Amino acid sequence: MLDKMTNRLDFLGNALVLRSERQRVLASNIANADTPGFVSRDFKFSDALTAATASTSESGSGATRMPMSGYASTLGTTDRRHIPGSATSSGTTVSTVAQAYGKLAYGVQTQPSMDNNSVDLDRERANFADNAVRYEAALRFINGNAKTMLSAIQGQ
Amino acid sequence: MSMFSIFNVSGSAISAQSQRLNVVASNLANVDAVAGPDGKAYKARQLMFQAEPMGPESATGVRVTNITESNAPGRRVHDPAHPSADAEGYVNHSNVNAVEEMVNMISASRSYQNNVEVMNTAKTLLLKTLQMGQ
Repeated sequence: MLDKMTNRLDFLGNALVLRSERQRVLASNIANADTPGFVSRDFKFSDALTAATASTSESGSGATRMPMSGYASTLGTTDRRHIPGSATSSGTTVSTVAQAYGKLAYGVQTQPSMDNNSVDLDRERANFADNAVRYEAALRFINGNAKTMLSAIQGQ
Repeated sequence: MSMFSIFNVSGSAISAQSQRLNVVASNLANVDAVAGPDGKAYKARQLMFQAEPMGPESATGVRVTNITESNAPGRRVHDPAHPSADAEGYVNHSNVNAVEEMVNMISASRSYQNNVEVMNTAKTLLLKTLQMGQ
């Protein structure tokens, strides 16, 4: 029952984790704009999110799910009228989401340079700004979702 | 929280770039230096940058590995009246190329600015994350 309330939050949470992951990758690229031989890295967000969502729903149904810091799996019932604390939705750990982006891809040199550095600073900065805005968008969706849930709960 | 390591990554880049700026300053300061009594003039210095993994795979910072001295021949000016002139009447100047150093300086300062901006963006995002659900 709680699934229906938290599924959407879960999805947005995954998106947020992946966005911050990508933000870090792009920051590393910008930091190494002057390092000889450095090859820029990135990953495709849509694929990573698909993988993360798939792994979440898969792991939620099975018993092999990774519990979040241990407490979710210890939820038991002492009365048959209790709602079983399967905690299917809150069990996604950051590590499983982070694994979803799998192997990072390598950037291609747009303007080849003598030192074999493949960081295109314009591209990286554009991606960085874009990713920051999308991160904020995910945050706002989460906030909106939380507000909707709260007003539904309170019924006012 | 993976975004906290952005501060480590960009911080390492900023410190590397400021070290580069330091070397440029010392090169430019010595652009007109002449050889002392030992006949050796100042040699232009250059930094070597290297990517440095920081924890997870996706976080890569920068490290200055070593400082090398340029082996380019220095300027030799014929000026027998100069107190530092050698036996043939030549004065040995440093091998600093002022134009190269200026270019280096601009590049370092732009990279520095870029990384500061990255840190500011990360900070803004983190602060907004803190207000989540409020």
